[in-house]
Amino acid sequence: MDGTLGNSAAETGVLPDAPNASVRMSCRNINVFYGEKQAIFDVSLQIADRSVTALIGPSGCGKSTFLRCLNRMNDTIEGCRVEGEIMMEGKDINSPAIDPVLLRSRVGMVFQKPNPFPKSIYENIAYGPRIHGLAQGREDMDEIVEKSLRRAGLWEEVKDRLNLAGTSLSGGQQQRLCIARAIAVRPEVILMDEPCSALDPIATARIEELIDDLRKRYCIIIVTHSMQQAARVSQRTAFFHLGSLVEVGDTDQIFTSPRDRRTEDYITGRFG
Amino acid sequence: MLSELGHLPMDFLLLAAAVTLASFGFIAGRLRAEQFSFSGDIHPNSRPNAHGYFVLMWSLVPVVLIGLGYVLFGEGASRAILRSELPEGFSILTPGELTTYLDTVARAARMPDFLSGERVFDTVTERYGEIRGTVNMVTLLAACALSVAGMFVARRCLSPGFRARQHVESGIEWFLFLCAAVAIATTVGIVASLVFESLRFFSEVPVWDFVLGTRWNAQTNAEFGALPLFFGTFMISFFAMMIAAPVGLYAAIYLSEYASSQVRAIIKPVLEVLAGIPTVVYGFFALLVIAPAVRSVALWINQMLIAWGLADGAVLAAQPTSALAAGIVMGIMVIPFVSSLSDDVIRAVPQSLRDGAYAMGATKSEAVRQVIVPAALPGIIAALLLAVSRAIGETMIVVMAAGQRAQISTDPTSDLTTITVQIVALLTGESEFDSPKTLSAFALGLVLFIVTLLFNLVAINVVKRFREKYE
Ligand SMILES: Nc1ncnc2c1ncn2[C@@H]1O[C@H](COP(=O)(O)OP(=O)(O)O)[C@@H](O)[C@H]1O
Ligand SMILES: [Mg+2]
Repeated sequence: MDGTLGNSAAETGVLPDAPNASVRMSCRNINVFYGEKQAIFDVSLQIADRSVTALIGPSGCGKSTFLRCLNRMNDTIEGCRVEGEIMMEGKDINSPAIDPVLLRSRVGMVFQKPNPFPKSIYENIAYGPRIHGLAQGREDMDEIVEKSLRRAGLWEEVKDRLNLAGTSLSGGQQQRLCIARAIAVRPEVILMDEPCSALDPIATARIEELIDDLRKRYCIIIVTHSMQQAARVSQRTAFFHLGSLVEVGDTDQIFTSPRDRRTEDYITGRFG
Repeated sequence: MLSELGHLPMDFLLLAAAVTLASFGFIAGRLRAEQFSFSGDIHPNSRPNAHGYFVLMWSLVPVVLIGLGYVLFGEGASRAILRSELPEGFSILTPGELTTYLDTVARAARMPDFLSGERVFDTVTERYGEIRGTVNMVTLLAACALSVAGMFVARRCLSPGFRARQHVESGIEWFLFLCAAVAIATTVGIVASLVFESLRFFSEVPVWDFVLGTRWNAQTNAEFGALPLFFGTFMISFFAMMIAAPVGLYAAIYLSEYASSQVRAIIKPVLEVLAGIPTVVYGFFALLVIAPAVRSVALWINQMLIAWGLADGAVLAAQPTSALAAGIVMGIMVIPFVSSLSDDVIRAVPQSLRDGAYAMGATKSEAVRQVIVPAALPGIIAALLLAVSRAIGETMIVVMAAGQRAQISTDPTSDLTTITVQIVALLTGESEFDSPKTLSAFALGLVLFIVTLLFNLVAINVVKRFREKYE
């Protein structure tokens, strides 16, 4: 994907290979370094709105590193440096004019291991709205909490015990709590880094259903090491290898007729 | 000849005997075991070394037991024998005088060729030397004989099927158990003696007079109201924690969350140096720098209040030594305890929680205040309580910078005294052991012990409660 095409796509708001999807984020020539070591090599990728983009690839290929560029979480790592342009609504998120704190309220993130705060279920959800001043008063907050929990499909299970510690829930429930927590600040994009890898198959199925449901409202980018999962939940798939983006396209196309030899080898299980 | 033996370096000889006999035992066991590994047709249960250690154990135990017995009772036994042989005339001495006399005798007997010229004393000393010599001789012979006997018995047990390895294992278990038992027994012993001596004190001074009395004058007037001491201890620890808790905690937060690894590499060792400064150095810093500063600030405040017509006379006591000065310096002293321990617990908060907070759009200070510190709270509380007990037990700074006057005064610039300082004052200088004055030190020690114990119990409970809440 060459630079000019990506740029024009960002301006016109359509994807080159999927003309009816609008672009939510557009990354051009991203390079990431940990100290001297380069982890991402010249990646350009556009992310469609209201759909799920899966990032796949062998472990250590830089999927998480790339994902963390999108909400500038790499800023929190000492010695990590990001180069390149990531456009969102006409602005480069890496420019000094952008406050990473506000950016992260628009680009939420869910991690590999469920990490609820050591607070009650209610407080876990209320945390984001509170620090960003999204709720006027207690009733408003109650409403945000309920709505977020409902969207995350957790409300029915926890509505009677909102004061219990978030950490007292099961692993799958904790992960849905983390999704609800991310939703509560009304993000536009949700990043998920292997959100099911610590969960059992039933909890995984519930999260996958939830992701499918959420894509109607949000732009979702999910890192996964399971190719079945990528095939089940995503509309578009990007394959990374050794820090480079090898191939990106429609999920069906990637899994049925990959253009690159390395993609084919990976999805047929020949390496990785 | 016998009194020559009284001068033997027994510690060294017993140690040498233990090492030599143990080595012999090991070699004997090993050699025996090697015989059956080469000759026998059964595969031996244990390797030669295990047999060696088994015999070593049995040759070492008698020496160690006899050595311990000698160290604990050697001198006492010699004195008892000597006392039973003293002529009639000595019965006019009181037990106290007799002890002093025997102390002099023992000291004289330790010096070679000592002659005072006084006939009775020299005879007694001579006889004491002989008794010591006999005791030393008997001890050494018994130790060697029993050790050799142990070695033989143990060696006879050895056979290819003998489970030497398991026996050595249980020997090790016993040894470890004894080490643990020593620690527990010492604690129990100290507490028991505290309680026992305190009870003797309370048989002379009623408990309530001690705990609630407001006049402390143990040195001259036998007034034992310890409330001023408790108050002084509380005041100074309070000032100390007012400084150490915030500064230590914020330093820890800076170190663990904000400082880059280079800055950290400098600050952390510097803080540790602070923890290594002897308290007496803090003491004279307090006396020579902080106390005068506190005094001049207090004098200035007094002047200002008078000048503005807010007061008629001096409001603050402005003493040359003051509770505030001691508290400030003690606070500085315990900062490294708070910061170093808190830094460890804050760094132990899982990275995933930090990531979670930052990914929600928290700023650094929000993440610290709302997520990281709450998660580390049990550890931070434990660190603070440890610092409090340091402060309560600290003596040197208070001796030097807070004065000696036992009084209850909320004026931070007046002088105060604390429990520990008074314990030192009571036990230094000549005084008989049985007087209420000396015994009151035990009562104060008991109070100190109980307070520290309560602190620990509270700390454990707090930590447990938080664990239940957050895990
Ligand atoms: N904090 C870090 N410091 C240094 N190197 C890192 C760090 N995180 C990741 N890396 C390196 O960057 C590369 C990509 O890692 P990552 O993005 O975690 O891969 P993936 O998520 O695809 O398994 C790896 O080689 C890894 O060793
Ligand atoms: Mg990863």
